[in-house]
Amino acid sequence: MKSLAELEEIRNRMKSQVVLREDSDAIRIVVGMATCGIAAGARPVLQSFVEAVNEEGLTEKARVSQTGCIGICQYEPVAEVYEAGKEKVTYVKLTPEKAKRIVEEHIKGGKVVAEYTIANS
Amino acid sequence: MKELSLNILDVAKNSVTANASLIKILINETEETLEIKIIDDGCGMDEETVMHVVDPFYTTRTTRSVGLGIPLFKLEAEQTGGSLTVESRSIKEDLENHGTEITALFYKNHIDFIELGDIVSTVTTLISGSPEIDFLFEHKTVNGLVSLDTSQIREVLGADVPLDSPEIILWMTDSLKEEYERIDF
Ligand SMILES: Nc1ncnc2c1ncn2[C@@H]1O[C@H](COP(=O)(O)OP(=O)(O)OP(=O)(O)O)[C@@H](O)[C@H]1O
Repeated sequence: MKSLAELEEIRNRMKSQVVLREDSDAIRIVVGMATCGIAAGARPVLQSFVEAVNEEGLTEKARVSQTGCIGICQYEPVAEVYEAGKEKVTYVKLTPEKAKRIVEEHIKGGKVVAEYTIANS
Repeated sequence: MKELSLNILDVAKNSVTANASLIKILINETEETLEIKIIDDGCGMDEETVMHVVDPFYTTRTTRSVGLGIPLFKLEAEQTGGSLTVESRSIKEDLENHGTEITALFYKNHIDFIELGDIVSTVTTLISGSPEIDFLFEHKTVNGLVSLDTSQIREVLGADVPLDSPEIILWMTDSLKEEYERIDF
């Protein structure tokens, strides 16, 4: 492994921020990661969501997580966005590029990317 | 699957579902072969479930329908002249000593061999999806060893910093990539 001293530095830097992270799930992005999803390309889509949430500085607002089969295999890769007080949004046939745009426009900007939702496919 | 690392992700997720506390992903490569072992200490399976899992057409009245993850992995191994075996001990059989060991053997020079692909992403995806579980990853090649042990990382981080923090996942990604560069892939 890489030097653990470096890891210690990161830990010390992070300890001060830890409290803020506790309620970082105002928005939840859930990616389907069963056999069907993985085969269709869910791994890079998940990574793209994580990276974009990071890059946009949204880690305190949104949390990316994994789940099993969402039950609509023909639309994989699939992600669902949950936000308190709002209806669930289901995005289908995702790519890493689409995931990035969803983070920018929906998670950050508050506007659902309608053309990627299940209703429009 | 496009890469064997995607099969590893899929099959190791079963270990997560089986409530494992430690999941080992051990890859052993020679000039001709690639062996993948996924070992967990989860709830295990009884004999009949094992039969059904490796052969989805083996059914009895009591078995329910199951997924395709393991049969697919098996097919990919067999099409290179290799094999896949499942050994498991159910928690119902042995309260102390239970878990599952899946071994897949591939022949790398066979035309139907699928590349390992982005194994680093598979490892970090597994860890970020289940930060409460320990993962031991080891990839032995003729050039050397690449490894990652979350229990060691956890020891350094203590209780305050979760394993799935973006900064930590990034550190693990860089760490693995550096090791692969070091042994010159
Ligand atoms: N490591 C394990 N420990 C305990 N049970 C397991 C393990 N691996 C597989 N199983 C059992 O075998 C079943 C079939 O696994 P398989 O990977 O073929 O499909 P799956 O993951 O259930 O479904 P999907 O194809 O949708 O991913 C699982 O649902 C589980 O009951």
